[in-house]
Amino acid sequence: MKYALFLGCTIPVRAQNYELSARAVAKELGIEFEDLVDFGCCAYPVRSASERAAIVFAARNLAVAEEKGLEICTLCSACTATLTEVNEHLKADENARKEVNEHLKKVGREYRGTARVRHLARILYEDVGTDTIKSKRKIDLSSLILAPHYGCHYLKPSKVYGHFDSPENPRTLSELIAATGANVAPNIPNSCCGGAILGVNADITLAMAKTKLDSALSSKVDAVVSICPFCSVIFEDNQKKVEAKFEKEYGVPVLFYPQVLGLALGIDEKELGFRMNKVKPKELLAKVSTEAA
Amino acid sequence: MENEKTDQDYTLVNELNQDFKYDVSKQPGGENIKYCFACGTCTASCPVRAIDAKYNPRKIIRMCLLGMKERVLASDFIWLCSNCYTCQERCPQDVGITEVMNVLKNMAVREGHLNPTILRQVRQIASKGRLFDVDEFDNARRKKMGLPPLKDGCEEVRRIFELTGADRYVEE
Repeated sequence: MKYALFLGCTIPVRAQNYELSARAVAKELGIEFEDLVDFGCCAYPVRSASERAAIVFAARNLAVAEEKGLEICTLCSACTATLTEVNEHLKADENARKEVNEHLKKVGREYRGTARVRHLARILYEDVGTDTIKSKRKIDLSSLILAPHYGCHYLKPSKVYGHFDSPENPRTLSELIAATGANVAPNIPNSCCGGAILGVNADITLAMAKTKLDSALSSKVDAVVSICPFCSVIFEDNQKKVEAKFEKEYGVPVLFYPQVLGLALGIDEKELGFRMNKVKPKELLAKVSTEAA
Repeated sequence: MENEKTDQDYTLVNELNQDFKYDVSKQPGGENIKYCFACGTCTASCPVRAIDAKYNPRKIIRMCLLGMKERVLASDFIWLCSNCYTCQERCPQDVGITEVMNVLKNMAVREGHLNPTILRQVRQIASKGRLFDVDEFDNARRKKMGLPPLKDGCEEVRRIFELTGADRYVEE
């Protein structure tokens, strides 16, 4: 199992706890990552200004992976959707492919449509499998209640993902959480974090985040489990702002799934980047270390 | 008088652009806009609309079909779509609403209405190839964590902006 690891923009400078934990669990589960230095921004933010440029931009990333003959493993859901949508569009439309390649030729690249793109959570679900995760589990997380937050682009637009999970009633992340031994709380509802419009209208985004944090609070969860850096930036980095705006205390930890999986696999919490979490999951880690003892 | 309305408050028939819906439907992603039968599933499902009534996808599509080109393209509200695809997944007429919103944003940009926040992001990507700068400090920090270095700047990306003509939208 070898993949080109696509980090995108946010993770390698703002969410290294996601990157560290993803690399650590991959190693433990026999997944090999290759880092390709020529990967850039996936093109997501460019789409609203110029879809035409964004398509070439995304195709360049796909071409970089194709040159190595590798499938792309993404960690960010927005990267996953952008690269997958462009890949599926270009595979199906010969004229669009020709136009893109005329541009790419001038920067020394060629898009052929041979690289697959999948999110790490999907790879864990499909290629590693929950049975393998269960069999490699070293620490019991049954004292924890965790709420999956699927976000949007891990599942949607569902037409480009071959309907591997339901956009209305998703279950893959819930099953991955259950495989760690933790209790799965109901999904955080109406899953959009509002991250895409944080810079356009922060008031709306913070109000959207509030509805999700309210749900986490009422389910009495130990943490929300995210698989996208955008969602985590909204729920975790902006949680203080939500608290100030709505005069309500939350203190809800937001963990990346590989951090949770890493704990279950018995990986040292230092290697999973917990100290970089903004809402400190102290109580949760204390519960886990009691289990381990 | 406090309640006096001006032309700005009304839709004037002679301002409507009958070609607008055809222009939208010619763009990749806008093809199905004319199938909308205004059921409102999009608006009822929208997580942004649930917070702020300023954003109303059914109304925006209706405005497009009526030909209210200027009011749509110069508006603030098209930039409030959070691209979550919930409306698109649920639309019984396959209007492709999220994609239509993106088409409208692209058309607005061509008319000179690029949202300032998005403009800053796109400028940054056009010049550096990434949304966030990666400097020596970042790479030193990554090295300390045992993470591989990132490349700062990308000539290929700059060139793609020129080749596709998108550079003219981000000129300072």
